[in-house]
Amino acid sequence: MVAEQVEMLLNGDFAVAWAWKHVEPDVVAAFPITPQTLIVEKFSEFVANGEVRTQFVSVESEHSAISAMVGAAAAGARAATATAANGLQLMHEILYIVSSMRLPVMLGVANRAVSGPINIHCDHTDAMGQRDAGWIMIFTEDAQEAYDTTIQAFKIAENPEILLPIMVNLDGFLISHTAMNVKVFKDPKVVKDFVGETRPVPKIKLMGEEVELSLNPRNPIPVTFGPFAYYDYYFEFKRQQIEAMKKVPDVVERVNDEYYEISGRKYGNGRVVPWNVDDADIVAVVMGSAAGTMRYVARKYRERGVKIGILRVRMFRPFPWRDLQELLRGKEVVAVFDRTQDQGVMGGPLFLETLAALYYLDDRPRNVVNYVFGLGGRDFPPELVEKVFDELIRIKDGKEKPFVKKYVGVRE
Amino acid sequence: MSGAELRKWNEVPIAGVPWKFSTEYKTGDWRSERPVIDHGKCTKCLFCYIYCPEMAIKVHWTSDGSKPEKVEVDYNFCKGCGICANVCPMKAINMELERR
Repeated sequence: MVAEQVEMLLNGDFAVAWAWKHVEPDVVAAFPITPQTLIVEKFSEFVANGEVRTQFVSVESEHSAISAMVGAAAAGARAATATAANGLQLMHEILYIVSSMRLPVMLGVANRAVSGPINIHCDHTDAMGQRDAGWIMIFTEDAQEAYDTTIQAFKIAENPEILLPIMVNLDGFLISHTAMNVKVFKDPKVVKDFVGETRPVPKIKLMGEEVELSLNPRNPIPVTFGPFAYYDYYFEFKRQQIEAMKKVPDVVERVNDEYYEISGRKYGNGRVVPWNVDDADIVAVVMGSAAGTMRYVARKYRERGVKIGILRVRMFRPFPWRDLQELLRGKEVVAVFDRTQDQGVMGGPLFLETLAALYYLDDRPRNVVNYVFGLGGRDFPPELVEKVFDELIRIKDGKEKPFVKKYVGVRE
Repeated sequence: MSGAELRKWNEVPIAGVPWKFSTEYKTGDWRSERPVIDHGKCTKCLFCYIYCPEMAIKVHWTSDGSKPEKVEVDYNFCKGCGICANVCPMKAINMELERR
């Protein structure tokens, strides 16, 4: 049953803060960095007003913020933090430790270009630098989705089959600072019932005893977190993480469905959000807020009879390669859009991984091209999308030679 | 680190938590030099016992517990750092090349 909701004028950052307010994590530790600051600023207001019972830890850096998450989550707490750009890079070292210690930490990232030159505006380079850290990564499209996904994130990460940290990405400024009418649950209890009042802490067998996988002093056998494992066991622990990652796609879909039940909103199958892909000859693959602009333009092209579809990748890690194979097989032209620095490689990460997935198809798309766009907050307006779509139509009609990679919106 | 009972990935607890005591992890096989005590020179001053970072010096006490009787190296855990030989005032500990 869809629960009662109210509309609020919220930007993406406030939407995440409101989601936190409704989930009420046990611990939030954070350090401010644009464009993420509003998340923790708003949330610290909720804490100061006594509206949540969360322990708010003010720390001196992002490295400390994520380290505080390690301690909190290892103690069995539900823990959340948020950052962006260089802050995320400062967390880099600890991100691997969080995932290897199987701590379901929720991290909000307001995607921002990485220095230098110093820039505070949107691109996905910060998140892409962490793509192999063993985290689940979801890219949202607007403030509403940021609210919804933040709530879902706790449920996905804390699933006892998974126990992996999760990063919820929202485009800096384009989502983080852009206000829209966001539907939030009227009664926070709906959210509490959805994610659970407290974090479920799994039990493990240790020396014949059943113990909580946490630093609980009441454990009959004390549990040590973060010891060393050498060439004799390190590989086995990595293998466990890989296995947990494999279970994520199904859980993301299930949580997406369950969330639909209470909210009336769902995002494709949770992993990818296709728009008119089935009958399309040309498909644009993209992540984040740009998908909205592209659908807006594609709608006009559809009216003119151009069979164009937009496939938004929502879950980047684990990479939904099976979905891409299923949806992109046999297409005439697939154009993959990366909002990421890509020096010295054939294409951006979204392109390369899409390409790898498609290689194994018998009926692979005839042309797969890569566009790099929007670096450092460079605008990606409808006029530019039109230019790109026109080029894709020419490639489809054989009037223009296909290419590997092009840059959109840079002066050359 | 004997290879006798190495378990598979799905046979060990997740998150890298240890499922046995650290004393079962015999760190002594890292050693390239082993300390050998010359019991003739040793005065049982216990400098080595105090300075050993690995608690790898074993002291045998007299039955009434009043005096140390004999000092030994626990080669299961001695990593061969040589601190004991360095601090020994009687030069009673000699570092010998490990031949394994």
